[in-house]
Amino acid sequence: MSTTTVQDLAEQKYKYGFTTDIAMEEFPRGLNEDIIRLISAKKNEPEWMLEWRLKAYAAWLTMEEPDWARIHHPPIEYQALYYYAAPAKAAPKSLEEVDPELLKTYEKLGIPLNERAALAGVAVDAVFDSVSVATTFRETLAKAGVIFCPISEAVREHPELVRQYLGSVVPVRDNYFAALNSAVFSDGSFVYVPKGVRCPMELSTYFRINARNTGQFERTLIIADEAASVSYLEGCTAPMRDENQLHAAVVELVALDEAKIKYSTVQNWYPGDAEGKGGIYNFVTKRGACRGRNSKISWTQVETGSAITWKYPSCVLQGDGSVGEFYSVAVTNNYQQADTGTKMIHLGKNTTSTIISKGISAGHSDNTYRGLVRIAASASGARNYTQCDSLLIGDQCGAHTVPYIESRNTSAKVEHEATTSKIAEDQLFYCRSRGLSQEDAVGLIVNGFCKDVLKELPMEFAVEAQKLLSVSLEGSVG
Amino acid sequence: MTALPTKKLEAWRYTDLRPLSGISFVAPPVGAAPALPDLGLPRLVFLNGVFNAALSSPFAFARGFAPVAEDSALPLAQINAEQAHDGATLHVPAGVDAGTVLLISHATGDVPFAFHLRHRITLGEGARLTVLEIAKGEGIYWHNPVTDITLAANAALTHIRVQEESRAAYSLATIRASVAASASYEHFTATIGGQLSRTEIHAALTGPGALAHLNAAQLLNGTQHGDFTTVVAHKAPGCASRQTVKSVLADTARGVFQGRIEVARGAQQTDGFQLSQALLLSPGAEMDTKPELEIFADDVKCSHGATVGALDEEQLFYLRSRGIPEAQARAMLIRAFLEAALEPVTQKEARTLLEAAINNWWVQP
Repeated sequence: MSTTTVQDLAEQKYKYGFTTDIAMEEFPRGLNEDIIRLISAKKNEPEWMLEWRLKAYAAWLTMEEPDWARIHHPPIEYQALYYYAAPAKAAPKSLEEVDPELLKTYEKLGIPLNERAALAGVAVDAVFDSVSVATTFRETLAKAGVIFCPISEAVREHPELVRQYLGSVVPVRDNYFAALNSAVFSDGSFVYVPKGVRCPMELSTYFRINARNTGQFERTLIIADEAASVSYLEGCTAPMRDENQLHAAVVELVALDEAKIKYSTVQNWYPGDAEGKGGIYNFVTKRGACRGRNSKISWTQVETGSAITWKYPSCVLQGDGSVGEFYSVAVTNNYQQADTGTKMIHLGKNTTSTIISKGISAGHSDNTYRGLVRIAASASGARNYTQCDSLLIGDQCGAHTVPYIESRNTSAKVEHEATTSKIAEDQLFYCRSRGLSQEDAVGLIVNGFCKDVLKELPMEFAVEAQKLLSVSLEGSVG
Repeated sequence: MTALPTKKLEAWRYTDLRPLSGISFVAPPVGAAPALPDLGLPRLVFLNGVFNAALSSPFAFARGFAPVAEDSALPLAQINAEQAHDGATLHVPAGVDAGTVLLISHATGDVPFAFHLRHRITLGEGARLTVLEIAKGEGIYWHNPVTDITLAANAALTHIRVQEESRAAYSLATIRASVAASASYEHFTATIGGQLSRTEIHAALTGPGALAHLNAAQLLNGTQHGDFTTVVAHKAPGCASRQTVKSVLADTARGVFQGRIEVARGAQQTDGFQLSQALLLSPGAEMDTKPELEIFADDVKCSHGATVGALDEEQLFYLRSRGIPEAQARAMLIRAFLEAALEPVTQKEARTLLEAAINNWWVQP
């Protein structure tokens, strides 16, 4: 490996680093009951929602930040953060009313709403900081009976659904960050697909963190009623920042009898510079409940960004014959730290889960897979297959695998495999001898290593994800 | 006394020592002389934690016991250091092949008692030794032995343990091995006895080309709890470690395997392999597995595999269709399942002893 390429890497700037100048309507820093009341009032929330938030806040005060993950960071000053930020103008009714600055930002991100909508057939509920500013395709979806709206709107317009399901998968007290999110969540998406409906298009939300020092607390709730199916895409990039930004999202999925939910993520938040300065702290709780018979929840994630990733998309397989899947690619470079994995909790009979995790570490980064497979005594005939592979690029990084396997049923079958390796010299040599540059060769090999996961992504994401992988690792092998 | 570890400690997540802390253990009574197998080997016998010269036979490489100072993050090793009064100290000088020695612990008593043996095994450059450890007993007691092993370059230690403690006993063994360049540490534990037992091994591969084999077979039934925990630290380049752990769990027994392979920065060309397989024979049995990799070097080959399941019905059917009765067919399949872990045990007396212990397990009620 040559030192010049390592230097190139160090100088590699965050490609999507730009900020948008829009007047921000900001609250004072810090968190207390008044701030929560203010957030709730700003959103015209009903009383029950405020009470729910306050209960969560009270719970959060009694909890401690978890310390079991393999991540290191200076203490987070929760009282120094802003807990709400919104573009200053009122929510627009059509694209014409949207701030042109915002639209430009989306264009830089590669989501020209109007074109993308027409070409890709994707409805975009774009979240700019905390308030949804543009939503498209509502009508088509409404015709199918699908509800796809900001969760703040759902709280007002579909309270019966929100009250029934919010916090039913990730309870308020589930963990420190989930409790914080429950108290202060700003906005996010709400999806309800009614009985027997196959959602006519892929649903997509782009998140951005924009305001300086603003914690971003997204809350997403997706419900697929009996025999319904939906595919949801989440993708994000963030402007370059010097100060660390906290992000603590909660995503809850509920699948009833025969329902299917596919949730795909491409996460490319600012990872910090080559010295590890700045970057997003991403503490996310994602969990799906397969409540119904033969229901299915599938998580696919490509994680390339953030200074810290703390994220374990999980499935609770309650319904007999339900299926959980987790496909993950996590790439860390420079001083990034990722501690990510999944939990598969088998409760119902003949439940099946598959875990495919590919971790790639380069530079000085640390990349940990942490996963739990639990077969309860009730889960007769349950089946799990897990494969975790790690790839190390360079001798200053770390790759770790921490699987927990707990089996309490004699008729269940659990298999786990893990390997760690580096890019083989002969593979590189072969590609180089065919005229590929070193970087292209690495990109090719890494994409091959991740193929099992990338092929699970919807078309729109697969292309972006492959590019992301190459960009993330640029210059890491010489 | 240093406090017992609790489940809040990650290393003790699956093994709960609360039943142990509820018992007030007294100092060991004078042990009664048991009937001991004569394998025609030199032997060191400890009764209720005290060396018994009359039952032992001379072994040229044994030394007297000396107390130890300890400042350990391991609570059990710390307790042992505070309490240990006796133990085997074996020293084999460079270039000497010391053959095989039996290390026997036998415990009996009417009231619950505890004993904390502290063994030390030191092998000089190129020295060789086989230690065959047998632990047996009756009644309620807590056996908390610590074994510290230092192997100089090119030394080879084979360490075989047959844990057949009393079914009411608590057996918590800690083994620490430091393995220098091109030296090898071959370990095998058969966990058969004990109400609650754990074998915790810390092996550090400190010189290039060092090797560690840590194998185990856990055969548990009733309400037994068995834990096999290992940490292999690859600290030098070109070292290899192999672990094969097989657990057979019947009734409501619970098996635990926690294994961590650590590869330090600079420990290139590391070859680490770990396999944990468990058979759950009854609906109430449970297996908890945590195979962990912690890797800070890029030119390494590390892998682990873990499976948990039942006996293969097709294999069973095949044997039955050949006229083999079900019980016998099951025994055959379980014996075959254990083979990969037993395979490296080639020492004749050890092999005989192990086979007898395993065969004995089938016929237990």
